[in-house]
Amino acid sequence: MRHIISVLLENEPGALSRVVGLFSQRQYNIESLTVAATEDPTLSRLTVTTIGNDRVVEQITKQLNKLVDVVKVVDLSEGDHIERELMMIKLKANGQMRAEIKRTCDIFRGQIIDVTPNAYTVQLIGDSSKLDAFIAALGTASIMEVVRSGVSGIARGEKVLSV
Amino acid sequence: MELLSGAEMVVRALRDQGVKYIYGYPGGALLHVYDAIFQQEEVQHVLVRHEQAATHMADAYARATNKAGVALVTSGPGATNAVTGIATAYMDSIPMVVITGQVMSYLIGEDAFQETDMLGISRPIVKHNFSVQRPEDIPAIIKKAFYIAESGRPGPVVVDIPKDMTTPTERYPYEFPASVKMRSYNPISRGHSGQIKKAVDMLLAAKRPVIYAGGGVIMGGASEQLIKLAQTLNYPVTNTLMGLGGYPGTDRQSLGMLGMHGSYEANMAMHHADLILAVGARFDDRVTNATDKFCPTARIVHIDIDPASISKTVEVDVPIVGPAGAVLEEMSELVAAAGTTPDAEAIASWWTQIDEWRGRHGGRFRTDDSEMMKPQQVIEMLSKVTNGDAFVCSDVGQHQMYAAQYYKFNKPNRWINSGGLGTMGFGLPAAMGVKMNFPEADVACVTGEGSIQMNIQELSTCKQYDIPVKVINLNNQSLGMVRQWQDMNYESRHSQSYVKALPDFVKLAEAYGHVGMKVEKYSDLEAAMSEAFSLKDRLVFMDIYVDPHEHVYPMQVPRGSMRDMWLSKTERT
Ligand SMILES: Cc1ncc(C[n+]2csc(CCOP(=O)(O)OP(=O)(O)O)c2C)c(N)n1
Ligand SMILES: [Mg+2]
Repeated sequence: MRHIISVLLENEPGALSRVVGLFSQRQYNIESLTVAATEDPTLSRLTVTTIGNDRVVEQITKQLNKLVDVVKVVDLSEGDHIERELMMIKLKANGQMRAEIKRTCDIFRGQIIDVTPNAYTVQLIGDSSKLDAFIAALGTASIMEVVRSGVSGIARGEKVLSV
Repeated sequence: MELLSGAEMVVRALRDQGVKYIYGYPGGALLHVYDAIFQQEEVQHVLVRHEQAATHMADAYARATNKAGVALVTSGPGATNAVTGIATAYMDSIPMVVITGQVMSYLIGEDAFQETDMLGISRPIVKHNFSVQRPEDIPAIIKKAFYIAESGRPGPVVVDIPKDMTTPTERYPYEFPASVKMRSYNPISRGHSGQIKKAVDMLLAAKRPVIYAGGGVIMGGASEQLIKLAQTLNYPVTNTLMGLGGYPGTDRQSLGMLGMHGSYEANMAMHHADLILAVGARFDDRVTNATDKFCPTARIVHIDIDPASISKTVEVDVPIVGPAGAVLEEMSELVAAAGTTPDAEAIASWWTQIDEWRGRHGGRFRTDDSEMMKPQQVIEMLSKVTNGDAFVCSDVGQHQMYAAQYYKFNKPNRWINSGGLGTMGFGLPAAMGVKMNFPEADVACVTGEGSIQMNIQELSTCKQYDIPVKVINLNNQSLGMVRQWQDMNYESRHSQSYVKALPDFVKLAEAYGHVGMKVEKYSDLEAAMSEAFSLKDRLVFMDIYVDPHEHVYPMQVPRGSMRDMWLSKTERT
């Protein structure tokens, strides 16, 4: 099963490499990983999506908790949560395709954020499956480049991950 | 406040931490620190001959005292030479602080002379590591390093110090923090009462219980609490390789070691148990054999300070996260207060069964079929000559298993060996680290002619600092453990396991200024060994020729259950 694990991390040199190293050292899978400082500059928030059975994911959270730089860990997929990912995608757009892409883009509530005579760059935000669906829906349009941010997640309601 | 340079702070902080000895080797990146060491006397530096030995000395001090040992090595090759020792400590959860020199901070990343990324190299084999970014942080970082190394599940911590953090002319106010608080690190101090209660109910209801106790009992200082609980209940105890001495080996309730080379009765009892109380043990593959066949009828209670050790390889029924000593103590209290006692009849018949297994002596060696001295006889003699009271520091191989099986440890922290990593070359420096800190005690290094040559240069350090350990070299003229596997699995094709051109160890010992003895006949052994131990202030190297064809038994059959064992070259369970 796919899990979204959120980690509050000391913003120390080497902290990120400890997390990434743990995943490779123990052969845990990383589907995506995002990290940036929070409103408190001494803390980073990291989101990692991984696929594994319950036992593996339990080990992942336990091992993450053991890292001295890790302040808190939560498996967001255990409760109600919101996930978002941002994608920028550059498409060949000439002739008829321009209107076609524009239509698909509107359906998915994407925005065209850059235009040249031969190309569109589209920005799309949503959960990962929406981004996958958009790519599938492009059909014959030819994709020049895809950049995805990886997943960020947050719990629904008033629950927060903080010190 | 006193003003000190970074170099002086390193030394002062170690003093304020209560460190007496540091084991190390100098080099460019550490010259300021070595100059600060020179100008004081409280922290004594021991100069090894190879950095690996410095880490093993520090590690063994920790294994004998439960306090972090300290090693000091320079950048680049000094640091990489220490890697094996750091990994050795990591695998056995041993507290250690390793201070590594580093190139000037402004040169980091430029492939400067003797630069290696020690934070990166050590990351997977440390509990934590620090890089000093400002000299004034040194006292707090060193304080934290010890705190992290010694608390919770212990482990090695690396402190990497760029040379310009130690410049003698730049001074900063020095204050050694009295305590540490870290929001991201809070080791647990007691177990969950509800879980403990549940476990005690299960313990009292058990009909075929076994207590399976590991290194956590030793490093957690929980031996007393274990003995109390086990003896109140009259339940059998088996120890892991790392846990030997945690429960007295000569006591009737001791089943000895379990696992790959565990005793017949320990492995049989585990396999047939209906309840296993695991304490500070991690269900290592050298213990469990195939996990899908592990103890099919047992429910399992697992006490461990590290939640990640629980249900990692074997799913357990009642996890208890907490320090072994505190949890066992609470269990004893609950047992005393409980209205019920164990089912006396069931426990009595369980003991009858265990004693029957014990009577079969599956693992007893035979002395009749060969003229050669058996390695097991040497260990039994060592046990006799030292009254079972020595610190036994082992290398890795068959001799290690014989020592674990035949030396009966009655006290914790006396059996010092590299269990998790299995590091050949550990034994001699380990014995040195122990002897320096316990000058009155008998300290033996049980080794093989293969292992001893991996750090034999330390005989020179022993001379310099007068470290009179006794080296018990079980010389079978082969890499015995490798050879045994080749006998059993490769039709005795002894690929590279025969050691040709062995040195004359007696002359070698003498060349280093020590006493050498060669023993070839069992009839000479007792007198020679007694003499060796009576030479209190001399290092004696006993080169003892033993049967090269001997195998370690019992030996679990690969991918079998706990009870599937070879008992000799011809008998199987
Ligand atoms: C550094 C290192 N290299 C290789 C091994 C693999 N190994 C395990 S036991 C052994 C043989 C040890 O020979 P010796 O020290 O003579 O002990 P014996 O088994 O003969 O008693 C070897 C090569 C190891 N454990 N450590
Ligand atoms: Mg040998």
